[in-house]
Amino acid sequence: MMRRTKITTLLALLCVHGAVAAADVKIGMITTLSTKAGYLGEEIRDGFRLAMDREGGKLGGVTVELLVEDDGRKPERGKQISERYIKRENIKIITGIVFSNVAMAVVPKVVRSDVIYVSPNAGPSQLAGKGCHENYFNVAWQNDNLHEVTGKFVTDQGFANVYMLAPNYPAGKDSLAGFKRYYKGGISGEVYTKLGQSDYSAELAALRAAKPDAVFFFLPGGMGINFLKQYSQAGLSSEIPVFGPAFSFDERLLKAVGDAAVGVHNGSQWNRDLDNGANGEFVAAFHAAYGRYPTLYASQGYDAARLIGSAIAAVGGNISDTKGLRSALRAAKFDSVRGDFRFGPNQHPIQDLYVRKVVKSADGSFTNRTVKKVFTNHADAYAKDCKM
Amino acid sequence: MLLLVEQVLNGLQLGVMLFLMAAGLTLVFGIMRLINLAHGSMYMLGAFVAATVTAASGSFMLGLLAAVAAAALVGLLVELVVLRRLYPRDHLDQVLATFGLILFFNALVQIVWGRQPLFMDVPEALSGSVEMIPGVPYPAFRLAIIATGLTVAGLLYLLIGRTRLGMQIRAAASNRDMAEAVGIDTRMLYSLVFALGAGLAGLAGLMAAPILAVESGMGESILIETFVVIVIGGLGSIRGAFLAALLVGLVDTLGRAFLPTLLRLFLPAATADGAGASLASMGIYILMAAVLLWRPRGLFPAPA
Repeated sequence: MMRRTKITTLLALLCVHGAVAAADVKIGMITTLSTKAGYLGEEIRDGFRLAMDREGGKLGGVTVELLVEDDGRKPERGKQISERYIKRENIKIITGIVFSNVAMAVVPKVVRSDVIYVSPNAGPSQLAGKGCHENYFNVAWQNDNLHEVTGKFVTDQGFANVYMLAPNYPAGKDSLAGFKRYYKGGISGEVYTKLGQSDYSAELAALRAAKPDAVFFFLPGGMGINFLKQYSQAGLSSEIPVFGPAFSFDERLLKAVGDAAVGVHNGSQWNRDLDNGANGEFVAAFHAAYGRYPTLYASQGYDAARLIGSAIAAVGGNISDTKGLRSALRAAKFDSVRGDFRFGPNQHPIQDLYVRKVVKSADGSFTNRTVKKVFTNHADAYAKDCKM
Repeated sequence: MLLLVEQVLNGLQLGVMLFLMAAGLTLVFGIMRLINLAHGSMYMLGAFVAATVTAASGSFMLGLLAAVAAAALVGLLVELVVLRRLYPRDHLDQVLATFGLILFFNALVQIVWGRQPLFMDVPEALSGSVEMIPGVPYPAFRLAIIATGLTVAGLLYLLIGRTRLGMQIRAAASNRDMAEAVGIDTRMLYSLVFALGAGLAGLAGLMAAPILAVESGMGESILIETFVVIVIGGLGSIRGAFLAALLVGLVDTLGRAFLPTLLRLFLPAATADGAGASLASMGIYILMAAVLLWRPRGLFPAPA
């Protein structure tokens, strides 16, 4: 009896709480906040929140409640969260997933349930090509893009003998494939390392012996920190230049790598110093709100929120109008922090891609300086397979 | 040929690192029959404390002292508060409880230091390379790791074999009741051994901090390899742990370095690279299986 009273009271409290927090629109965020990769989700969430806070808790003029759940980098947990969002919370817009394997488990089912998914990070090729869907929008990039731009840059710089490293898992193989799509020179080594590997001394010794004129690596997260530190400690950074996608060179990782990363060129769709009004506002507001500078992940979270906001405004807050929401999203009428932005036929970005260089700023912190715009209005390689 | 020398050095360095971890773990298992999964957390704490203290004070030596002391102290605390209750329980309970400790420490580190990895540089004096053999420049810091590991191995050998404390440790390991009967305070001894093991893990963490990403969860990857080492070496045997650590370090490094090239001799390049990488990451487990087939209780099983 006692127990039942307790439960009833609790339920009542929950209802009251729900009523207080009731917003016009609920958005569900599934992202990675725990594990070593937890800072990625933190950045996406903070970027997204910033866009809401700057509108006073609204997006597109409508009060928004953002639900955030941690997927712990596990596909099955992501799936559970999405099912709860859709069935119990009756959510119509989901976003936030960091990793492609989680996205592959969650997104196809979500978009089939007539729910919109806006990806602020993961862009697996399957969802850009044959598996594209009218309810799926990617506001960041297709996974290959940042490798492609690096490949093009390395070719343009005249390097003809590149040594490549990536972890032995699907995204690692995709990254080297993306790089090779635009890299035209020779390959002096193609090495797959263990996922999560921490010691690279064996690979570095082999690399030195192969005498390449440049190195391309894709080692996300802590692996990249390990590699860059050991690369520099082996005395290689003064001999052979290193290139990679932006994933190993965001402000938070750079802090952990230190001087070892200075001078490395990396491909990105965004940088702090991009000169457009939206970006200036974003960087300043982010710094004021969180006391640190944003990473590219934060910029993607912010753009995702602003894109969703533009669509909510277009349908006047009536988000059960999925059709109207879709066409408003497709129009992408928002000022992206990366400048020009529109969606291609597969609802992935058509955007400019840059190469940046890691520099040490006057205050001793590390950041990137934009060096060159390598691609203008670049579309991904899978769009042609998408039949929508 | 020079490449082989360099790779052997790399293997030694990895092996020595594993030994620092394995020594504490195998001691604790040998004497207390306790499986301690939280050993990797002491390694992580060592790395975090080292990075923080070194950054704040600018002195690597202070970082070293703080890391070892912090790991040993936390180890002592964990032994007093949690593990002491687990000695009479079976291994499954111990595994569950210490696994819980891993989650606890990972979350604690995220709360205290945040989600972002920390930075620690190689100390100034050891930042260069040493060219011991002409044509093979080798990072001085990695040489220092090898030297430290070998010194610790020597000291442990003396401690266990030649001192009164070592004698008590051996006595408690072979028969706890008898040791107590002749007046050895085993509770005290257990705490001491546990703190020693944790301190060594902290030392390993400190040595790893300038080379690796100092991040929450960094203890788990090395923990698995450490268990492989103590299983190969024979549970409870320091001598076994030392040999097995070097063996595992060499097999892992040389496998990664040369297997793909070797496979290229009779496979197409793309297949060889993929298969070589996969085989190399399995190498130490294949080694473990082979050793266990040959000697089911490891190379140097401790007396039961």
